[in-house]
Amino acid sequence: MFQLDYSALLPYWQQLWDGALMTIQLAALSIVTGFVFGTLCAIARRSNVRWLSRLCAIYVESIRNTPFLIQIFVVYFGLASLGLSLSAFTVAAAALAINVGAYSAEIMRAGFGSIPQGQIEAGESLSLSKVQIYWHVMLLPAIERVYPALTSQFVLLMLGSSVASQISAEEVTAVTNYVQSATFRAFESYTVLAAIYLALSFLMRLTFWLLGLVIFPRRRRLRTPI
Amino acid sequence: MTNMILSSAHVQFLLWGATWTLALSAIAMAGGGLIGFVVALSRISPLRIVRVLALLYVQLIQGTPLLVLIFLIFFGLPGLGWDVSALGAASAALIVWVGAYLGEIWRGCIQAVPRAQWEAAECLALTRAQRMRYAILPQAVKIATPPTVGFLVQLVKNTSLASVVGFVELARAGQILNNTLFQPFLIYLIIAGLYFLMCYPLSVLSRRLETRVGYSRRKMMTA
Repeated sequence: MFQLDYSALLPYWQQLWDGALMTIQLAALSIVTGFVFGTLCAIARRSNVRWLSRLCAIYVESIRNTPFLIQIFVVYFGLASLGLSLSAFTVAAAALAINVGAYSAEIMRAGFGSIPQGQIEAGESLSLSKVQIYWHVMLLPAIERVYPALTSQFVLLMLGSSVASQISAEEVTAVTNYVQSATFRAFESYTVLAAIYLALSFLMRLTFWLLGLVIFPRRRRLRTPI
Repeated sequence: MTNMILSSAHVQFLLWGATWTLALSAIAMAGGGLIGFVVALSRISPLRIVRVLALLYVQLIQGTPLLVLIFLIFFGLPGLGWDVSALGAASAALIVWVGAYLGEIWRGCIQAVPRAQWEAAECLALTRAQRMRYAILPQAVKIATPPTVGFLVQLVKNTSLASVVGFVELARAGQILNNTLFQPFLIYLIIAGLYFLMCYPLSVLSRRLETRVGYSRRKMMTA
């Protein structure tokens, strides 16, 4: 009869820990860059420059309608075949950032769209500059409104970073694949991995909730949605 | 460096892979839809234990990557004495995964049916089952159509993860082809294009349905 034996994994806890840290690094790096890029894209889609908004639309649609696995292959193997070889970590972070950029662009576009025209006009009549209007009247309220959607998308991205194991970036899934083949304890390894991801996604939601309290003082004080 | 170009046999192989991508999506949608329906109803059940169990299932699955689910079933279950094929593991993982996400989407849609409709059904002395069957679900289906079609895009894309356990669908077919032609940039772009052809129509359809349902919902609210 088969018996579960988690103690076989104990010698590998240091590697699993390092892998989890690498997953966090990957997620954090790509979320920050991807979100900034996506927001710029959302702004560009609202602009009057036709070719620019067209370009952003093509970027968003092509990323959102193709699998991440293929995107990461195109970047990793594609760039290598063109003579540009980057480390697996760089490629994974870049591919993740490109991926989450498209999703945040779409979410932020919805956020910008939900700002009433009257508020923008009010900003204009207070003679705020274009940049000031974008920052105070549009960007911050938009982020506050779509904050839950962004949080979910970022958690999905963190889970999606597991695909980076396919190009041998040493994040936690790749480490577990190695542990599994070294110990022949597949079931135990992958249940531990699932638990690690559960903990990571819980931690991430908690972090974003706390971050929300800091970034949006208005909501903290009034306790009402915007 | 070989400089072969795609022959018609290669294209046929890719299309064969694409058919399996669609078949896998259909299997996952059928099985996952069934689980999702049960989960959606359980999440709003009057019984606390049922609600908690359904919530636990959803949180558990939504907190783990699909890739790990596939690994767990494909590599983990044989260790426990169950042998699973690549197709079996991929379908099972996808079904479980779809069930959690669709369950949560559909719960939202059921709860989005205006409160007055629930009360009206109650006033007509319908039992809970009748209320669901005749009043709530038919309206919820309308609300649920656009997000469900939108979710199909995620599903078609995520079947690509079945390739990691060696099941030959579109992504795996691309890898195999690449192993003979050594033109990763070209081949993976073609694969991406094929996925785009499958997913983009669904995206557009979902967006279109959304505006239409949004319109009829506004009428429903004010009526």
